[in-house]
Amino acid sequence: MTVAIPLTISEALDALSSNPDARLIQGGTDMMVEINFNHLKPHNIIALRRIKELRTWTKNTDGSITIGAGVPYQEMETGELKQLVPALAEAARTVGSPQIRAAGTLGGNLGTCSPAGDGLPVLFAVDAVVHLQSNEVSRQLSIHDFMLGVKRNARNANEIITAVTIPVLNGWQGYTKVGVRNAMVISVASACLAVDKPTKSVRIALGAVGPTIIRCRDAESWLTQQFDLSTSTKIELDLAKEFGRRVALESKPIDDHRSTAEYRRHAVSVLAQRLITRAYPS
Amino acid sequence: MNDPIGNEMYSLHVNGQDRAVMDAWVGESLLYVLRERLGLPGAKGACEQGECGSCTVLMDGDAVCSCLVMAATAVGSEIVTVEGLVEQNPTMAVTAHAITSQVTDVQQAFITEGGVQCGFCTPGLIVAVHHLLDKNPDPTELEVKESISGNICRCTGYGRIFAAVEAVVQVRKANS
Amino acid sequence: MSATKQDVRSRDTLGASALRPDGVAKVTGAFSFSSDMWAENMLWGATLRSPHPYARIISIDTTPALLISGVSAVLTAQDVPGKATYGLISADQPVFASEYVRYMGEPVAIVAADHPETCRRALEAIIVNYEVLTPVVDPELAMLSSTELIHPDGNLIRHQHIVHGDPNAASDITVEGNYTIGMQDQAFLGLEAAMAFPDSGGNGVELHIATQWLHEDRGQIAACLALPEENVRLVLGGVGGAFGAREDISLQVHCCLLALRTGKPIKMQYSREESFFGHVHRHPAKIWMKHHATKDGKIVKIESRMVFDGGAYTSTSPAVLINGITHTQGPYQCDNAIVDGYAVRTNNPPCGAMRGFGVVQACFAHESQMDLLAAACGLSPVDVRLKNAMRTGDKLITGQTVESVAPVERCIRETDAIPMPEPMSQKANVLEFPGGSGRTADRHNIIRGVGWGVSIKNLMYSEGFDDYATARCTLSDGVASLKFATSEVGQGFVTLAPQIARSVLGIDEVVLETSDTQIGSAGSTSASRQTWMSGGAVDGACRLVRERLFEHVGKLHNIDPIRLMVENTDIIDTVGTFRISVSDATQGITISETFEHHHRKTEDLDENGQGNCHVAFAFVAHRAVVDVDVELGLVKVVQIATAQDVGRVLNPLSAIGQLEGGIAQGLGLAVMEEIIMDNGRVKNPSFTDYLLPTALDAPRVVAIMIEEPEPQAPLGAKGIGEPPCISVTPAIVAAIRSATGKALLRVPVRPQDICL
Repeated sequence: MTVAIPLTISEALDALSSNPDARLIQGGTDMMVEINFNHLKPHNIIALRRIKELRTWTKNTDGSITIGAGVPYQEMETGELKQLVPALAEAARTVGSPQIRAAGTLGGNLGTCSPAGDGLPVLFAVDAVVHLQSNEVSRQLSIHDFMLGVKRNARNANEIITAVTIPVLNGWQGYTKVGVRNAMVISVASACLAVDKPTKSVRIALGAVGPTIIRCRDAESWLTQQFDLSTSTKIELDLAKEFGRRVALESKPIDDHRSTAEYRRHAVSVLAQRLITRAYPS
Repeated sequence: MNDPIGNEMYSLHVNGQDRAVMDAWVGESLLYVLRERLGLPGAKGACEQGECGSCTVLMDGDAVCSCLVMAATAVGSEIVTVEGLVEQNPTMAVTAHAITSQVTDVQQAFITEGGVQCGFCTPGLIVAVHHLLDKNPDPTELEVKESISGNICRCTGYGRIFAAVEAVVQVRKANS
Repeated sequence: MSATKQDVRSRDTLGASALRPDGVAKVTGAFSFSSDMWAENMLWGATLRSPHPYARIISIDTTPALLISGVSAVLTAQDVPGKATYGLISADQPVFASEYVRYMGEPVAIVAADHPETCRRALEAIIVNYEVLTPVVDPELAMLSSTELIHPDGNLIRHQHIVHGDPNAASDITVEGNYTIGMQDQAFLGLEAAMAFPDSGGNGVELHIATQWLHEDRGQIAACLALPEENVRLVLGGVGGAFGAREDISLQVHCCLLALRTGKPIKMQYSREESFFGHVHRHPAKIWMKHHATKDGKIVKIESRMVFDGGAYTSTSPAVLINGITHTQGPYQCDNAIVDGYAVRTNNPPCGAMRGFGVVQACFAHESQMDLLAAACGLSPVDVRLKNAMRTGDKLITGQTVESVAPVERCIRETDAIPMPEPMSQKANVLEFPGGSGRTADRHNIIRGVGWGVSIKNLMYSEGFDDYATARCTLSDGVASLKFATSEVGQGFVTLAPQIARSVLGIDEVVLETSDTQIGSAGSTSASRQTWMSGGAVDGACRLVRERLFEHVGKLHNIDPIRLMVENTDIIDTVGTFRISVSDATQGITISETFEHHHRKTEDLDENGQGNCHVAFAFVAHRAVVDVDVELGLVKVVQIATAQDVGRVLNPLSAIGQLEGGIAQGLGLAVMEEIIMDNGRVKNPSFTDYLLPTALDAPRVVAIMIEEPEPQAPLGAKGIGEPPCISVTPAIVAAIRSATGKALLRVPVRPQDICL
């Protein structure tokens, strides 16, 4: 039984190949709950929190940005990252509490792959790319191919999630989430909407209303046909409502102790309507 | 097959000192190690999942929930608990009302403004408020509320806690 | 609201905002909560609980657990040496389930081991074979004679009928509704924890425990351990909040059993998840209520039927039920009434005491009804309440005359006079909107609403219970030392008691001795009773000491003691010039007196629910202003205005803390707090899914304390702990109704109740 605290990705990968059953821990905000609640008894641990390469983000030559898997949410809430990816900043601010945002990371959100993970709808909306690295190869997977289901993803046991590349879009983007109190609340339903004017595209992704994050591609393409996303500045109420209705049709919510399927379906229609109206207010 | 419990040994840097942790189990949280192994029971456990803030400590300058830090992964980090605040903030130490103990200005204000009832959330809140005021000496009312929105208090309804933070801000402003 | 702290007085006597004597320890982390205790060679205890709400236990095999290295003991029902059951009112709850488990989470076995993780592994190794049975979870069904009895004592815990005045009284107008109150949790932050030290001979035990009532615990523990009470010593461990959830036995007996069995100190503490199963909750209730009134809005008659789900065991259900039905009318005049109340056993978690104790449920119904009545008569919510407001001398539907000061009209008028909050600013931050940091709402999605709630709450124990509190005061060399068994749970009795001693004795230095069972009972820290009861006991003991001090000083200085009085910190001769400081007067002597304060006697209710069953009453009004995102059903409570009948303010800082804290708990019940059940299973035993108000949910509270000293109360002060959380819930719901036009017949109000 060991705890490895590597300082570089390659040290971490070495540790992983000598201990293939080791659990990777980043901020700890998901895994420690599993341990504290006796759902997980870890044997070998590789802690990634001291790997500096994972805790930085960079601007790429194509204009996209690459955020290390260990960058805590609090760094996304403000500053340049907020300017570049406003929806991510808004999502980051809804993650747990300030304490959680100081520890929690996109790498952790991706590793856990809960449909209620607050960062994930943003990654789905902007078509983010997940970087995975093993001792043998590095690969990049579209977020759409990465998340497979409730707490299931395409990471191989010998891989580490190292970063996420996020295209910087040209257009309005925002995130919104329903919870039953005004702070520190798990998502009942959430949505991220992002517009890219040059490609005349709108993207909307829903959280907590299906086994994975849901991209509402039918509603997106429908809206594209109704409305010039690059030149319009105002969306009519009826159009926004219809967009919301169509978004809700693509959701697959369930009844559970946090809410009902009926409410969640209703909520995402309202959220979609409001988001598109925020994008095209006047 | 169960793994034996208690074969980890490591050292944590807590309140300015290196502290040896012996015979630990790998799954132990920083909260457990502080309380049960290092004799620092100031951080409290009330939810085990980061939803109450009672266990808040500073780790490398960030306020974090110690129940969600795997203790063995905190090797090499600077940890400050509520017990270390006076020592870590010597300029903020004042002598508490009618009692000779040294406390920080934040601690003092929690007492004088009525921010303490049962006191279970108090250490976590004190750490969170210190952290807030270190980063943002003149927060708005909403910034105060947001910054302590991860610290649940079940007794006070928060009114006297807001008053305590406000009192510290005013005194620090007057003194600066 | 602005700070209510008064100018610091020169002395911390009654009326001053004296500071908590445990404040420094609590802010520095040095205060020892019961979960902070540690002892050399201690072992950890842990509990195996039933995963089923209802099942027959076929067999329990503990041997695999005993084989695990580090495990010292595994105990089950057969290891209980004394009484197999316990309970506050009826001893119907087993220390361990033996034949049947009757609720999810019921204790089946306990272990002692060297590490919490070893305990967990030991619990997993115990093999219990259950025959799973279909749980009875609907109280209406449970009451039917055709339903199987899930406990030898039957499924109906208590039924009480009330008929008062003319049951056939006629009226112009009727309004009625069916109301539902969800199961709320006290959710104190300091989880259940205790440490038990066995006596060396194994014939006794010392238990350090976070509890509301040391002596009641001791009686129940001793019976289960088959030990004389004097061999079971209880010491109050630091208590991290209570709100009713520490009145019943949780881990007390288990912890002592393990200590006696292993001969070692045992530390037990619950996790949050376990805590949801380890203590009683607020009763879920269904209430039908019908008001008959004249067309100008005067109540003529009230009919009601209340069903409280008591869960698997009795706890305090019979008393909660009586509180509920005897408060049917609320703080209003009512001459005629027919009420039936039922407390029913089911396979849901046991329910018992929580702040407000039955009155919370009744109040949600009667206040919802008052708004229906107002609408039916074309009156405002304020006017309908003023028209019916109770006064001192009015009769309750139990026939009892309200002798307490009853400033209901003042509570309403002074609340009404509190300025309304400013309309939402154009620049308002999204964090102030319903939905908060989730950024769900835009400004134009939000509608503001206003609602009212007014309540009456009985103070202290009812129905003939000889409720008393004991305190001892010892005065020596200018220092008073106070001893009582009163549980300090956060409310601030440790602040108040020295204030009383300073006021009565004219000394400044007061030492508090350990709260334990080495003195008589103080009764429970519940029912808004300790300021009145233990406060009365401390006051009484100090007065006896002062009397003896006057005798001593009189004798020494040849003055008739009757002429002496305390002025500030001196004893003076009221008709002469003699003056001596209390400190000087007490040098070298020790005076010690013990006093028991009993409140006036109460009676049982007769078969028609008539009788003087309550001691005294307190009143409060709440006005809520809420912002609602009607389309998404999200709510932000903006302001709570309140005027509360407190008798007399003994410590302004403590008092406002009680008001604000109670309001936050009432807000929780209104819009977010509920233990969600599914066929006997708790679905949300965690703080991720049982939501408590955060700092961003807290409303601005504007509070007025109405001081009309209560003649019955030893210090003139009424209990103030419970009223703040009672009528604030219906006030918030009424405000949501006014914003949305929805009927909203249940609490908590869920988003889908508003928008679907």
